[in-house]
Amino acid sequence: MSEKLGAAQTPALQVTDLKLSYRVRGRDREAIRGVTFTINRGESYGLVGESGCGKSTVAYAAMRYLPSNGKITSGTIVLDGRDMLAMDGDELRQLRAKAVSMVYQNPGTALNPTIRVGDQLVESFVTAGVHRHEAGERALAMLRQVQISDPTGVMSRYAHQLSGGMQQRVVIAMALASDPTLLILDEPTTGLDATVEAEVLDLIRNLRATFGTSVLFISHNLGVIARMCDRVGVLYAGRMVEEGPAWELLTNPRHPYTVGLLRCIPRWGLSKELGALDTIPGFPPGIGAAVKGCVFADRCGLVQDICRTKEPGLDPVGEGHASRCHFSDIAQTLPSAERDMVPRPPVPETGRSALSIHNLRRTMRQQGSSFQALAGIDLEIAPGEVFGLVGESGSGKTTLARSVVGLGAPDAGSEISLEGKPLPAKVGQRSRDQVRAIQIVFQNPDASLNRRHAVRQILGRALTKLTGVHGEQRARRVVELSESVRLDAALLDALPRQLSGGLKQRVGIARAFAGEPHLVICDEPTSALDVSVQAAILNLLVRLQRDRNLSYIFISHDLGVVRYISDRIGVLYLGRLMEVGPADVVFRAPHHPYTEALLSAAPSLEVREEHRIRLSGDVPSAAKPPSGCVFHTRCPRKTGAICEQEQPPLAEEEPGHFIRCHIPIEELRRLQKPEAAKEAG
Amino acid sequence: MLRFLLRRVALALVTLWVLSVIIFLASHALPGDVGRRILGPFADPRAVATLDHSLGVDRPLLVQYLTWIGGFVHGDLGMSLSFHVPVSQLLLRGLGNSVKLAAVAFVIVVPLSIFGGIVAALRRGRLLDRIITVGGLSATAMPEFVTSIVLILVLSISLKVLPISVQVPPDADPLTQIYHLILPSLPLVLVLFGYIARITRAGMIEALESDYTRTAVLKGLPWRTVVIRHVLRNALMPTIAVVATQTGYLIGGLVVIETMFNYQGIGQLLFTAVSQKDFPLIQAGVMTVGIVYLGATLLADISYSLLNPRIRLAGRE
Repeated sequence: MSEKLGAAQTPALQVTDLKLSYRVRGRDREAIRGVTFTINRGESYGLVGESGCGKSTVAYAAMRYLPSNGKITSGTIVLDGRDMLAMDGDELRQLRAKAVSMVYQNPGTALNPTIRVGDQLVESFVTAGVHRHEAGERALAMLRQVQISDPTGVMSRYAHQLSGGMQQRVVIAMALASDPTLLILDEPTTGLDATVEAEVLDLIRNLRATFGTSVLFISHNLGVIARMCDRVGVLYAGRMVEEGPAWELLTNPRHPYTVGLLRCIPRWGLSKELGALDTIPGFPPGIGAAVKGCVFADRCGLVQDICRTKEPGLDPVGEGHASRCHFSDIAQTLPSAERDMVPRPPVPETGRSALSIHNLRRTMRQQGSSFQALAGIDLEIAPGEVFGLVGESGSGKTTLARSVVGLGAPDAGSEISLEGKPLPAKVGQRSRDQVRAIQIVFQNPDASLNRRHAVRQILGRALTKLTGVHGEQRARRVVELSESVRLDAALLDALPRQLSGGLKQRVGIARAFAGEPHLVICDEPTSALDVSVQAAILNLLVRLQRDRNLSYIFISHDLGVVRYISDRIGVLYLGRLMEVGPADVVFRAPHHPYTEALLSAAPSLEVREEHRIRLSGDVPSAAKPPSGCVFHTRCPRKTGAICEQEQPPLAEEEPGHFIRCHIPIEELRRLQKPEAAKEAG
Repeated sequence: MLRFLLRRVALALVTLWVLSVIIFLASHALPGDVGRRILGPFADPRAVATLDHSLGVDRPLLVQYLTWIGGFVHGDLGMSLSFHVPVSQLLLRGLGNSVKLAAVAFVIVVPLSIFGGIVAALRRGRLLDRIITVGGLSATAMPEFVTSIVLILVLSISLKVLPISVQVPPDADPLTQIYHLILPSLPLVLVLFGYIARITRAGMIEALESDYTRTAVLKGLPWRTVVIRHVLRNALMPTIAVVATQTGYLIGGLVVIETMFNYQGIGQLLFTAVSQKDFPLIQAGVMTVGIVYLGATLLADISYSLLNPRIRLAGRE
């Protein structure tokens, strides 16, 4: 600790004019085109940008860990006063063991599956120079410090026996073993639930205060960056385009790219009725692309001739705030890229029902024990309505979606009917009309599109399967379909791997729409996409829904997204609906304590830290759901014994607004008042 | 874990039963009457009928099957028609010889090929990798009888370093026995080397490219420790499963090699049985080989699940 204070003058990390290329098919292609930044002692520095802009490459370069075809062509990386590029293998190893560590995006695969978690942690201490006899105790103490429950038990477990949140705590403990000067966090919470994410972020904050570690934080989530970082750098196409104090940069952006990124985010309270989301058209220049002038010129709404010939410098625009733009003073006047008319969504027809679910139960078996994934769901979805479904992982969102499409049979007594007619439980027993009426858009278009089929084949097959068209008619429909999702006809002969994530998802959407469905289930359709692409996909989904007046069940863990697109929202916990109501009503107090906690946990650019509510611990096992109200074990507003003994009914507290809670709504309204005031303001 | 094992054992038993039905029906589908074949084409039909009756081959198929499988379960494998000794005696001797040959081949090929695969993966894309992968594949692609002949010609006849005869007196000391078994095991080594090395290499590369290996490197561990502690254990899991499965082939599938070297193992025994239409021997022999195969597969499953905590610990907690 004292050593760190003594060295307070040397920055933790100093990257100067870093250029890096990857050798692909015999040619060096530049991925990082000159990046300069400094992380001071004890500072938390965030790097943001779309995927492919070089965030992770910079992070790994800071550990001098590059794939075999990667090469640093110029620049310097000085960590803790030492020039990393001049080090030999052994010095580098020492540096990694003692001065810099990393926390990875996917903790599940970052831990060795065949070595006990405790042994892996002990190994980190030993490498950092702790004596073997002492390492065990230090490891245990570190697990306590990362606030893992049952640290002694965790030591003897394997990675697969831990939940995602616990795995990430273990990885963080490993990274802190050496008390490093610099901690690099590469999208550390991207795969985690909002509630778990909030906890992990809190933990990182507290540990940073305790250890005084400097942090390089990589994230595509601007809300997370706003919460975690002192300063932020915006990377675009391997170039730093804007840099500044986090709050200043995110509230007063001075580069059109940052302005565009911020506009893509469906913020609190934003909904489709208020207009389409803004997008950033086009793609970042690929690695190795020759760039003349400003790197962002091709996608910029403010582009002038000078932008294409002369690259702007990273010029100061405020205190510690710099922007690489010729027109940084008018960056915020960036015209909206979404030229669509405001999509006027259809008003859901009440009275009739598109989908009706009654007493849906599903018992699943896993390794001998059985548990209720869905414990009696009742739901009506009107034609033209978007029903949003939120909840942590394990809450039953996906099981509900799968039951509706007919994958896996629900328990006896469950009823699902489509437009008033009962639906057979399994997709194989449904008629072709029933099958085509309910379609699904998957989270991961990579995994759900046949890799060997060109787009034309993928869509053609779906058309034949669902509608029975052949030959010329089919070919014509394929083109119409691709037009409806704004997929360029030239891409019809491409294979999925030749498409970007957003384009792939367009194919996935086109496939779902091939049979003119009445109900489309969107299972986290934008979770794997960048915010700019997400905005475009959401706009597309809204437009398709408006044009065809169909219904969606929209599943997402991103509350801003759900709020934006949904007419009504259901909150699911351990297979039970805890709250159902119109989107704006559910998002506004009074709401169920679980909804309140979910909303509070979500990283956003608006909610202030001091108002956050924390849920502690993991979701209880569905095999042994808690007695009474299933949420009572984590509920911050638990009133007493009644919560443990009696399951509250899903009661209609206001017209159309149902809450499953013992606390009377008036009491909730009073309790949640401060948040309500803040939401409005 | 116990459930998993019981399921596997049950599955193996069902497989064996299916095998017994197939081999029983297949041997009855072979043309020709058993009694006629034994007594010759000019025998009196009544004598043939009498013999058929005494052998029991004139009874309904189902009865014959039940008698046969009942005897098999009780260890009564019947008499060999061509050797006129109990089938069990022949099989036991053959199996013993086969196990010896398999053991010698196994001891040579397993360490060699695993080491080869590891080296190839660590030197991926370099010359040594190319030599191991391309060489291994070529050797695997060559039929055993070709490599056998070449090896006999080169090692025994030209260079005279290994004895051409593989039959040693049973009272010879173990070293002499092993010495005589090296030559016939070499073609097996050539067949298996490429295969096992390839699986090892693939497993290694997957483990080397994994996130946990990256974690280990970025922890600042020396490369040796990364490979030995973090990579190998995960990389060798598929290899061990494959090796265990190959034990079945080594013991039961060596018809060509054993015939080439005139080695009296179970493969050669089966070959003789088929050419002599010695049904009791064929049936019992095939069943024995089946049991060896399934035993080896079971062993593979067990060793794999012991190494993999995901399976070992499934169902707990």
